[in-house]
Amino acid sequence: MADDIKPRIRVPQNPKKGDVLEIKTLITHPMESGQRKDTQGNTIPRRIVNAMAVTYNGKPVFSGKLEPAISANPYLSFFVKVEESGTLAFEWKDDDGSVYTAEQKITLA
Amino acid sequence: AAALTAIAARPAAATPETAKQLLQTLAKGEPKEGRVTLKAPEIAENGNAVPVTVSVESPMTDKDHVKALHIVADGNPNPGVASFFFTPLAGKCEVQLRVRMAQTQKIVCVAEMSDGTLWSAAREVKVTIGGCGG
Repeated sequence: MADDIKPRIRVPQNPKKGDVLEIKTLITHPMESGQRKDTQGNTIPRRIVNAMAVTYNGKPVFSGKLEPAISANPYLSFFVKVEESGTLAFEWKDDDGSVYTAEQKITLA
Repeated sequence: AAALTAIAARPAAATPETAKQLLQTLAKGEPKEGRVTLKAPEIAENGNAVPVTVSVESPMTDKDHVKALHIVADGNPNPGVASFFFTPLAGKCEVQLRVRMAQTQKIVCVAEMSDGTLWSAAREVKVTIGGCGG
């Protein structure tokens, strides 16, 4: 299952110093709510991405605590102000203990 | 018909009261209305993924910024939706997400500012087909 989980990130092209950029993220993940039942009537165990965090050059920018009320393949967009070139680092935490990470370099014009 | 009855009979555990209680544990105090803009469709055909945008009016400076944004919904099995935390590095306080909604319900956001004040916004979303796997 874990192999299907893939983060996707989109950042605007050609950013300039001081720009406030919209970062769009999506991670493919079932976000099993723990409320659903299978055909035999057994509850399907909960498995969600419960936390997400973003840093820019190691400094925290944005983070979130997610509940089962977040849709499957959680999509999140937020903003970051860039004053210098650097790396955006993303981290998602799964209920099963897995951590998924991604990085995106931002080079200012 | 049996399946339909099962959906109707399933209790939604969250109520406006439990949603309010949860907000109190997340951000203690009485929020004022304003500064928070909550965008969501009036009618969501598919409750599996309702697009929601929340923005908070704030200069996002070291002295004056949004620290946290809590979102709850009062008609799902559990009231919690998400909490987001910001730093001045964000530059702008706006977040877009997709929410599951089991039925027509109200979503409420509370923003916690760096000066300790709380601001809120609420909006009702009518859901045609619920999104909790029923």
